[in-house]
Amino acid sequence: MDTNSDSNLLKALEAESWSLISDNALNRFQRSPHHALQMLIYLQAALGYIPPALQRQIARDLQLPITHIQGLVAFYFFLSAEKLGTYRIYISNNITDKMLDAATLTECLCQQLNVSLGCPREDEKVYIEQTSCIGLSDQGPSCLINGLSIPSLNEERIRQIVSLIESDTELSLWPKSLFETSDSIQRKGWLLDNTTSPGESLRQALKIGDEKSLALLEKSALRGRGGAGFPTAKKWRFCKGTPAEKHVVVCNADEGEPGTFKDRVLLRQHCDLILEGMTICARLIGAELGFIYLRAEYLNLLPDLEKTLQKWRDNNLLGQAILGNEGFNFDIEIHLGAGAYICGEESALIESLEGKRGIPRNRPPFPVSEGYLSYPTVVNNVETFAMAARIFGKEGDSFSQLGTEQSKGTKLLSISGDTPKPGIYEFPWGVTIQEIILASGAKNTYFVQVGGPAGELLDQSQFKRTLCYEDVATGGSFMIFNAERNPLEIILNFTQFFAHESCGFCTPCRVGTQLNHQLFEKISTQGAAPSDIEKLEELNLLMDRFSHCGLGKTASHIVKQGLAQFHKKLKPGDDNWSPDFDLDKSLSTARKLRIIDTGAN
Amino acid sequence: MPQKISPRKIKIDQQDIPFSEGQSIMEAAEQAGVYIPHLCHKAGYKAHGSCRLCTVKASGRWVSACTEPAEVGLQVENNSSELQSQRRAIVQLLFAEGNHHCPFCEKSGNCQLQAVAYSLDMHDAHFAHQFPHRTLDASHPEVLLDRDRCIQCELCVRASKEHDKKNVFALSGRGPHTQLIVNSESGKLKDSEIEKDDEAIKVCPTGALMNRSKPFSVPIGQRQFDNIPIDQQSTGKSGNNEAQP
Repeated sequence: MDTNSDSNLLKALEAESWSLISDNALNRFQRSPHHALQMLIYLQAALGYIPPALQRQIARDLQLPITHIQGLVAFYFFLSAEKLGTYRIYISNNITDKMLDAATLTECLCQQLNVSLGCPREDEKVYIEQTSCIGLSDQGPSCLINGLSIPSLNEERIRQIVSLIESDTELSLWPKSLFETSDSIQRKGWLLDNTTSPGESLRQALKIGDEKSLALLEKSALRGRGGAGFPTAKKWRFCKGTPAEKHVVVCNADEGEPGTFKDRVLLRQHCDLILEGMTICARLIGAELGFIYLRAEYLNLLPDLEKTLQKWRDNNLLGQAILGNEGFNFDIEIHLGAGAYICGEESALIESLEGKRGIPRNRPPFPVSEGYLSYPTVVNNVETFAMAARIFGKEGDSFSQLGTEQSKGTKLLSISGDTPKPGIYEFPWGVTIQEIILASGAKNTYFVQVGGPAGELLDQSQFKRTLCYEDVATGGSFMIFNAERNPLEIILNFTQFFAHESCGFCTPCRVGTQLNHQLFEKISTQGAAPSDIEKLEELNLLMDRFSHCGLGKTASHIVKQGLAQFHKKLKPGDDNWSPDFDLDKSLSTARKLRIIDTGAN
Repeated sequence: MPQKISPRKIKIDQQDIPFSEGQSIMEAAEQAGVYIPHLCHKAGYKAHGSCRLCTVKASGRWVSACTEPAEVGLQVENNSSELQSQRRAIVQLLFAEGNHHCPFCEKSGNCQLQAVAYSLDMHDAHFAHQFPHRTLDASHPEVLLDRDRCIQCELCVRASKEHDKKNVFALSGRGPHTQLIVNSESGKLKDSEIEKDDEAIKVCPTGALMNRSKPFSVPIGQRQFDNIPIDQQSTGKSGNNEAQP
């Protein structure tokens, strides 16, 4: 984004020239309503907020109901209708950040900037808020400033940030070192050791032809790396087999599972492989349209991604008649997210791509038959596309010699928490939890959380279990907790996450995640009453069975597992229980009123 | 030899229910007069699947009957005590989430939320009341929007769009902050295209949207669900909760 247009936009904002601003945003995005969200993200970055009058103007110009634009602004966490501040700071509140004392640093930052959490400062300069995991658990505590990530926060860095803000230093002039993140690759394997040069896999796929390519992928037995493990070749075949005017390829780069960050590293180090996987997919299913849906938290990766895309176009690996093949046309557009974990769910992601609120769709139809704008669509994870491309490369066939019977190949893990060596680890499927812990150098491990808050909590008795689709399946988040950690605090962090990220579409998840968190908060701070435990059990069964999508269904698991694993800490005993009704709390409003209304006494 | 069964049937609680291609479990059930509790579903509107009240166990899977296609041989568990008690919990969640006051609500007796709560034998909200702060829109002389009673089923959204061709309503926000908003410059009903006879108002299963012109025209005691429980009324009519003249 060039500063010149930014300052013009700010001038227009001051003059309340809504149609001028709206026109600018529309022109940047083909004046298409499907880009409504992208326009809002652009304006949020340029103006710091999207005033209601501007929202109305954009709706008019796009010929959409006003409610559509208002709905987007209110749904996505990083969009705001109110002016928050010139510097908007979002501090990652994942449990791994908290374990590195993010709370003290947040307090310190708030104090030095004289601002309270969640309230804009009076001079409209600073706003500080917490946000869900921003994908830097290996170098936390971390935060976003106007969308750009700053890792490894400490007192020194906090002081630096404060002085830059108070001296009104423009973000583009801040020291680059503040924003430098490391890739922390700790263990390489079949994928990360890749030496195939860009275009080689694609050429190979073109050489052997579509049918043989699909057969090759089938033989590799590659399964989706996002967590669900659907056979990749089967997905591509389904999509290819659905007759339609267009087909679409989507790369899901919205990794929001707390504790995961492997896609961040893949996007930085192996972007070519990802683009190549997408292009091979496009060739095989007959797609011309491709998207990368990049989570808002990875805005800092955008410039390099755009550069790589351009390089691909320049080398005729993207665009018209790719590598001289008449009729093979494919290009990729990057869409940004705006702060919604639910958009990692493939149908919610498609809604978001279409410029809507990220509400998961009803299935059937599945995206392979009706996806983006109802066209058959393949949605795969970043890692899946990279692996697919790698399979077509040098010694790609060694893939299926690794892993287990039903889980071939390797898996990237994002390891964080109580370990001296947090970072990316590539292991063949079938590795035991114990082996992973050992490799990470972690000592005195009490339990691990595999697959994020929606995954599995495994204590020492389960460290012999193996990582694979048959046993412990995972999208890649692996958080380690040692014996000094309080499991209740950890589970509470997870219930808070789900309460914040529920999209609100269905009853059990919308209400259940709130109640779950409230009940767990009460239990972990005051102790449980028997009825609290009963309610938690009841709620979690209900969410598991009755929820609309995976978020609600899996949001209940952590509490269920927590109750099972830590029942001694949770279950009310002689000395650690409290009733579920708090008399003082219930009377507090009435007491306040009595004090205010002095004449009433 | 067993007799060859007709190819287009599902079983709901051991009863054979015929269906035609493309029908959902809910549509097949309604056609056969079998009641599956629901709030966000209404015949004639696209399946939504948000209230989750119609969840059934279909050949071992928990699915919402309104969105799940009927398929030959599907074994559906509907009226079991386990499902009914979980559905009661869903209704309890809705009561705990909003601010519902049946005893002095004008919709009492014509309200599907209340009727379904009675039919599921609900006696209290069971879960902690959330007491949300929600705004009321009484700007329109003939139509009232009380968000306290809204259960976010989006029936009005769909009706206004698909039937009234107006697009007056939409859901905004996220999670517990999800709320119904109005398509007008001011965000108020008075400046919208709403009219008192719009389908969007008639389809509301609660008292969130009401026609203000005939308050209490039908006395309490003579309203749609006052004497015959919702589960015993013709399933096709269960969505018709308009006050009788």
